[in-house]
Amino acid sequence: MRHVDEYRDPARIKALIAEISETVSRPWTIMEVCGGQTHTIMKYGLKQILPKEITLLHGPGCPVCVTPPALIDQAIALCQQPNVTVCTFGDMLRVPGTESSLALAKARGGDVRIVYSPLDALALAQAEPKRVIVFFAIGFETTAPTTALTVYQAKQAGLNNFTLLVSHVRVPPALTALLNSSDAEMDAFLGAGHVCTVMGLEEYEPICAHYRIPIIVTGFEPADILEGVLMCVQQLETQRSNLENQYRRAVTWSGNQAARSMITNVFEISDQEWRGIGLIEQSGLRLRPEYAGHDASVRFANTLQDQPTAIASNECISGEVLRGRKKPAECPAFGTRCTPSRPLGAPMVSSEGACAAYHRYAAVPV
Amino acid sequence: MSWPQGPLDFPIACPLPLRDYPEIVMAHGAGGAMTLELIEKMILPVLTNDALAENHDGAVMDFRAKRLAFTTDSYVIHPLEFPGGNIGRLAVCGTVNDLAMCGARPQHLSLGLIIEEGLPTPTLWRIIQSIGQTCRAAQVQVVTGDTKVVDRGKGDGLFINMSGVGAVVSSRPISPKRIKVGDAVLLSGDIGRHGIAVLSAREGIGFETAVSTDCAPLHNIALALLEAGLDIHCMRDLTRGGLASALVELTMASGNGIDICEAAIPVSNGVRGACELLGLDPLYIANEGRFAIILPAAQASSALEILRRFPAAQQSCQIGEVVKRDGGLILETIVGSRRQLDLLSAEHLPRIC
Repeated sequence: MRHVDEYRDPARIKALIAEISETVSRPWTIMEVCGGQTHTIMKYGLKQILPKEITLLHGPGCPVCVTPPALIDQAIALCQQPNVTVCTFGDMLRVPGTESSLALAKARGGDVRIVYSPLDALALAQAEPKRVIVFFAIGFETTAPTTALTVYQAKQAGLNNFTLLVSHVRVPPALTALLNSSDAEMDAFLGAGHVCTVMGLEEYEPICAHYRIPIIVTGFEPADILEGVLMCVQQLETQRSNLENQYRRAVTWSGNQAARSMITNVFEISDQEWRGIGLIEQSGLRLRPEYAGHDASVRFANTLQDQPTAIASNECISGEVLRGRKKPAECPAFGTRCTPSRPLGAPMVSSEGACAAYHRYAAVPV
Repeated sequence: MSWPQGPLDFPIACPLPLRDYPEIVMAHGAGGAMTLELIEKMILPVLTNDALAENHDGAVMDFRAKRLAFTTDSYVIHPLEFPGGNIGRLAVCGTVNDLAMCGARPQHLSLGLIIEEGLPTPTLWRIIQSIGQTCRAAQVQVVTGDTKVVDRGKGDGLFINMSGVGAVVSSRPISPKRIKVGDAVLLSGDIGRHGIAVLSAREGIGFETAVSTDCAPLHNIALALLEAGLDIHCMRDLTRGGLASALVELTMASGNGIDICEAAIPVSNGVRGACELLGLDPLYIANEGRFAIILPAAQASSALEILRRFPAAQQSCQIGEVVKRDGGLILETIVGSRRQLDLLSAEHLPRIC
């Protein structure tokens, strides 16, 4: 299959591993930002074939994982309202809120529907004019443009029964927050290729310059990841700290202008709570005031203000996993009290979560 | 065993007076004249045989075999019709295949229909025709049945429960307990077709594919292996949960490990493309016409030669072996690393970004 097989070619992968081994002279720690990259690393067992000098840390780039429990509690409260339907991506259903999950709320009679695109939720709003449809919008800059386009279309069409519960987050402020923490261990980042397909590269150059850290914007196939690692090592071994683009077949300097302007038209930057990490300034997106009629947090303000404060599980160390401080297997609950069937924290739920990737793609002792 | 791919071999027109009943109504299940009409016009003529003609409460059958295999399964698929098949064909194949995996020749089936009020009568007609067609091709008979209608909103169009019995032809038991270290693991064809075909027919997914279901009866293939005198230790048809789940279950039941090689597992481009797009893993996608065979390694090439005589098993190949290890299914990836495959913990859902 073209555009896939060439990036999984065993000969190419071997050659990249050999080149990394020849280039590396001392230990380096590289954090991959995106959950999709974590998934590839685990699925293909790349840690087994990389030289021992390379340590990969898994970053906070799983949108399901960083959605705060308080927002999940809000979605649960909304789906139990008469004539309200909550639509969201399948992964969100099992993520635990404070006391329940959307899957449990659905089993108890809440109206929760899995959609594959926000446009499916918009179609539902059209088909069921007497119900208020709440699309629980999560994701990084990758999914924000489709959410923006959908609510833009709803406003144009006068579909007042279409609303958004927004939990969109931005990558660059999360990187700076990680770098500002005193125990930051990473020597380089593999940047999130799909986010940069939308946003371009320009936000990352100041981060490289200020923190003197290489960022290699990287794709998602095994050969992409290994080439990204090689580019990191080449910079680190020669004391460089530049922004480089490994994912040249998809990412340009200024990104997708139409998608970016759609985000800007609909959303404004806001402070955002990240599950397990805490408040990160300027790291979220919220609807602009002119979209207040489509903002579920405004429309249902009365319902949502009665929500009790969300409390996270004491045992779950997902915050430390999301910051790359701990590996999933270091959690005392990993694989025992916390499994994908009975998750304590979101990273065990999402297909992009580090804990789920470790659980699903358990490496075999060689 | 070749599956008819050409035009349907049954009349398209529905025999119920459609002008009066374009949809099934509650009275079709009330046990009165309309139930009788439904059974006599739509079911009996299609599934005709001596046992059904008795019109009795149950079927009475002669059996010479000493050992019988008996299975039951419920079919609740949505949508009812999908590329290459429908719930009727699925029910017959699924039941027949469960018997075949026991080393039995499937003979008699039961058919329990639970119809939701409002199901379009032509849809039911197509499904019943498909049951008849699949039974004829598989040389099995529906000998007893039941029809119920439930209120609208209390079913999903149509549920089918089907049981089946068949005479066991294998003199040696076929069971996970007989799986031995060193056995070869064979696969009867490419994987993932059924799951992708059904997914493409679901509303809200918005992708089109040329992939159609692999749904097919497997008993002639399985019986050919047994009749050739091969010492089949175990067979397992790959259904929900796909190849990976079936093999994980076998490791758990046998107490041995299985190693498989990713590069050896056939996956069609259509299935691969859909999986790439939706973020699914072909190893976990449902099949309805594929099975895994575990037998002594020395007999693997003979088995493959027999398998490849059947069009539905032409892509048969060896994908792995049974190894000495306390359980566990391990995949050697295309890049040479090894990882463990486990049961899915929830629904296999497309990724979000």
